[in-house]
Amino acid sequence: MENLNSYLTVSAILFSIGTIGVLTRKNAIVIFMCIELMLNAVNLTFIALSRYLGNLDGQVFVFFVMTVAAAEAAVGLALMIAFYNNKESIDVEDVNMLKW
Amino acid sequence: MDMITIPAVNMTPIMPEIFLSVLAMALLLINVFVPSGQKSYIGYISFIGVIAAAVLVGTGWGMHVESFNGAVVQDNFASFFKMIFLLAAGLAILISDQYMVREECNHGELYPLILFTVVGMMLMAAGTDLMTIFLGLEVMSVSLYVLAGFNRENRKSNEAGLKYFLLGAFSTGFLLYGMALTYGATGSTRIADIATFAAQQSLPSSNVMLLAGMLLMITGFAFKVAAAPFHMWTPDVYEGAPTPMTAFMSAGPKAAGFAAALRILLVSFSTMQADWSQLFWVLAVLTMTVGNITALRQDNIKRMLAYSSIAHAGYCLVGFTAGNPTGTAGIMFYMLSYTFMNIGAFAIIVLVGKKGEPNGNVMDFAGFGFKHPALAVAMSIFLFSLAGMPPTAGFIGKFYLFSGAIQKGYIWLAVIGVLNSAASVYYYLRVMVYMYMKEPTEEFDWLQVSAPIALSLLISVTGTLVLGVVPSIVLQYAQEAIKLI
Repeated sequence: MENLNSYLTVSAILFSIGTIGVLTRKNAIVIFMCIELMLNAVNLTFIALSRYLGNLDGQVFVFFVMTVAAAEAAVGLALMIAFYNNKESIDVEDVNMLKW
Repeated sequence: MDMITIPAVNMTPIMPEIFLSVLAMALLLINVFVPSGQKSYIGYISFIGVIAAAVLVGTGWGMHVESFNGAVVQDNFASFFKMIFLLAAGLAILISDQYMVREECNHGELYPLILFTVVGMMLMAAGTDLMTIFLGLEVMSVSLYVLAGFNRENRKSNEAGLKYFLLGAFSTGFLLYGMALTYGATGSTRIADIATFAAQQSLPSSNVMLLAGMLLMITGFAFKVAAAPFHMWTPDVYEGAPTPMTAFMSAGPKAAGFAAALRILLVSFSTMQADWSQLFWVLAVLTMTVGNITALRQDNIKRMLAYSSIAHAGYCLVGFTAGNPTGTAGIMFYMLSYTFMNIGAFAIIVLVGKKGEPNGNVMDFAGFGFKHPALAVAMSIFLFSLAGMPPTAGFIGKFYLFSGAIQKGYIWLAVIGVLNSAASVYYYLRVMVYMYMKEPTEEFDWLQVSAPIALSLLISVTGTLVLGVVPSIVLQYAQEAIKLI
């Protein structure tokens, strides 16, 4: 597969967009979406490499990553709801009780 | 149609994990039928389950069994760490009950979640495939996010859970990207195959993809063990989480992060040791210094212990930098000692805290030594051990970590470590000054010490002192364990 590099470049760009989003966004749900973007960038890397190497391990890994991301979403959204119930906001600027 | 043949699988290496998972799932079901006032029984059953799992792990000592096509292994390295996790979980379960009843959030789900966390940590220590390690890490992390935010009526606990979740998931992204690049560079996710590939390269660090993969994985693990500069979440999460869970989080998952990182670095990347040693030198110095200096100015005792836990991760990173048998066995010994002394100290904080304000201030300990001499002596032992004074476990642990560094020629690193250790004496002794030399600001209520907490304190004090006086009984196991990987 000669265009492996383009796949890797795309996934690196996606990963960077996700990272920048996590660092700059204020809404907890948007931050979580950016984290999902990072994980999916990794999935793309795995699949492209798996095709290139002719080895299925990478694709199996992707299934695990997707399952884990789903579990994380369930727990993360529940935590956000618990936070919202007490604070009526999911803006991370309001996550401010604990500071030194 | 071709039949898919399912290979015979040897289940023995993951017997403790299977046992704990089944027990935890059963307890989740049983929990539904237990009336809300009697959730403590779930805790008692979990504690017995932890002991049973420890017996299972103990009977496997000395064996070397690989299973699941080389994805998990049962060896002494894994068994030693599994014992640390089970000890941390057992002590955390013992100190949870009284706290959770007092804070009125005694939901039975707490104990199964602790057990799931242990399963995840065990898979991290036993995994010999990046996939197993990733899966174990996530089972551990997802359960911990819930445990940190367990007191859902309490805003601080909400915040701790949310912060831990966002930053934990963020760091997972880096770890995974590192794993993907390593897979791309070597063509395998097996730790042993990665090692074979790296050994064939004349200059493995010139392989950009492999190097980037290693660095990203180190970043991911540095987040999990709270090494500076990736430690920002630690104090907030440790302060906000329910106190028994803070105790658990500071001991178990940290040890698990070290276990997985040790196996990956010492096996897969052993030929690149010159490269990662340098990196760990910087990480160790930063972590120790940042942890200790910020701990100096904390008045909240949970926050102080959170920063001190960063500093302790730094001492363990000194052992990483050395990367020799003395240093790495030192890490294992130190994590065990840290489990005893840190959970012991948190048990006292659980006792001193009051409903609604569980975050004890250092001032709350004024006069504690006169009102509760026995508890104050126990606290003093833990604090002495955390500060690294003989004849306690903390001293011996630091001794081995630093001598490992000196053997490898990292004299300056050891000097910085010892200086840091000296600085830490200030904030540990400050608590003791309050306990023994200040008048109490308010009348102490009669502290109720429940039987489980008394048991956990007994275990912690015994462990801290025994490891300090006769370290060889445990150290020989640690040295045996490190030899094989």
